[in-house]
Amino acid sequence: MMTTGKSDTKIKVNGLSKVFQGRNGDVIALNNVDLEIKQNEFVCIVGPSGCGKSTLLNIIAGLEKKTSGSVLADDKEIEGPGEGRGVVFQQYALFPWKTVLKNVEFGLKLKGVDAVTRRKHAMEYLELVGLKEFAHSYPKELSGGMKQRVAIARAFAAEPEVLLMDEPFGALDAQTRAQLQEELLNIWDNKKKTCFFITHDVEEAVLLGQRVVIMSARPGRIKEVIDVDISYPRTQETKLDPRFVEIKNEIWSKVYQEYLAVKK
Amino acid sequence: MQGEVNTESVIQVQKEKQKPFWKRVDHRVMVFLSLVVGILIWALLSTIPSVNAILTNPVTIAKTFVTELSNQNLVTDIVASIYRVLGGFFLGLLVAIPFAFLMGWYDIFRSLFEPWIQFFRTIPPIALIPLVIVALGVGESAKIAVIFVATFLVMVVSIYQGVRNVDPTLIKAARVLGATDKDIFLEVVVPASFPYILVGVRLGLASAWTTLVAAELTGASKGLGNMIMEAGLYFRMDLVILGIILIGLIGFVMDKGVLWLEKKLAGWQEVSK
Repeated sequence: MMTTGKSDTKIKVNGLSKVFQGRNGDVIALNNVDLEIKQNEFVCIVGPSGCGKSTLLNIIAGLEKKTSGSVLADDKEIEGPGEGRGVVFQQYALFPWKTVLKNVEFGLKLKGVDAVTRRKHAMEYLELVGLKEFAHSYPKELSGGMKQRVAIARAFAAEPEVLLMDEPFGALDAQTRAQLQEELLNIWDNKKKTCFFITHDVEEAVLLGQRVVIMSARPGRIKEVIDVDISYPRTQETKLDPRFVEIKNEIWSKVYQEYLAVKK
Repeated sequence: MQGEVNTESVIQVQKEKQKPFWKRVDHRVMVFLSLVVGILIWALLSTIPSVNAILTNPVTIAKTFVTELSNQNLVTDIVASIYRVLGGFFLGLLVAIPFAFLMGWYDIFRSLFEPWIQFFRTIPPIALIPLVIVALGVGESAKIAVIFVATFLVMVVSIYQGVRNVDPTLIKAARVLGATDKDIFLEVVVPASFPYILVGVRLGLASAWTTLVAAELTGASKGLGNMIMEAGLYFRMDLVILGIILIGLIGFVMDKGVLWLEKKLAGWQEVSK
């Protein structure tokens, strides 16, 4: 990849804070967060619930306003949603009145891509997630795992440079989850995107990410960033790798400390 | 081998037998049976002289239906009633949809309109009839106006509810795909509230019918409500009952029509688990 004077930093979060005004006073959701995500990097973020992971993702997505600090995408301040940042939600968020194909096409339709091109493009992504035969089904006819595959295809088909995923596999059973983890790694390898992935499953974070960010709760801060020095392609068997187990345990004990802190 | 297969089929036959007979009979057969038994009981009851004076027997009513149909009066009444119902209903729908969307989408419209709608909703539209008659006379416009008010109030509330209930995650999902406010309104809010519009239509039609009969009872030259009223004055109980049955039937058919439409147009809905 050419670096024509520009840094290869895709997302740069600097001194970001977010305060929610609640009925019982202000709640600090994020406190002075610094984070850098490189071009085509896969970064996972773990932390106890309520640590502000989702808030951070929503601010990067442009769905929520920050209180102070700066959040840059390609060195430009993020003003609102869109502009090359796609999101996959835990609740799938498929449009139930649209067929699978129409769901996947939607981002392209909004961009004004003509019908023939966007259909071809959408079918390519449906094939990638193995749902080509379901193109004309409605979401209600699909299982949870299939719905999330459609949501992933929809996010990828809009060709964003950055994909933000908010616990996308959180509602799925272990089997489907393992399958989708591998599929996601395949697509990521295939399409080269920058991925920011929220999970509360440490094993998932280590399996997917090149780096794992650990957040601490109340107020949400970044506690530590750990490199996962295990080569790709990774599969479910990677989980047996001694290095994998070592990193997983290290992260797990740090997250557990945070969990205990929250409990107190 | 042979034995195994046999046991299996025996078990299956037994399961079939264990099911009580009313679970094995088709739903439609049961509905038909219920209707036949109902009409039989009616016919039996009407053989008692004191009952027969009010509850005419089904055969007489069928005969009345045929004679009334042949002298055109009945057709005129039915057409007049349906015209009023649909006139008032479609006017109500036409006004309710923009109102509901404005209220759901803009806070200022909600603040301005909601108190009025909530207030008028508690008043039975029939109470407005004297006022409407003074203002518009006893002609068609008076009836349509009353039905319009009744249907509008019912429909605006249920459609507004639908606009408010749009899943915020769907709006977020559209936004991150690059949707503008206009896209979100047309591509998310409108289709998401569509099932609520159909619920509103069903409620609206039902209230249109009830209001119609009330409006016609108070004074009209034709219509099913008027027919019942006049027949009552001449003690023609067969006509009264015929009118009641027809009102029920037409309402039933309209409701089924909307249900059919819902299945066709909003079949994508996830059935709640």
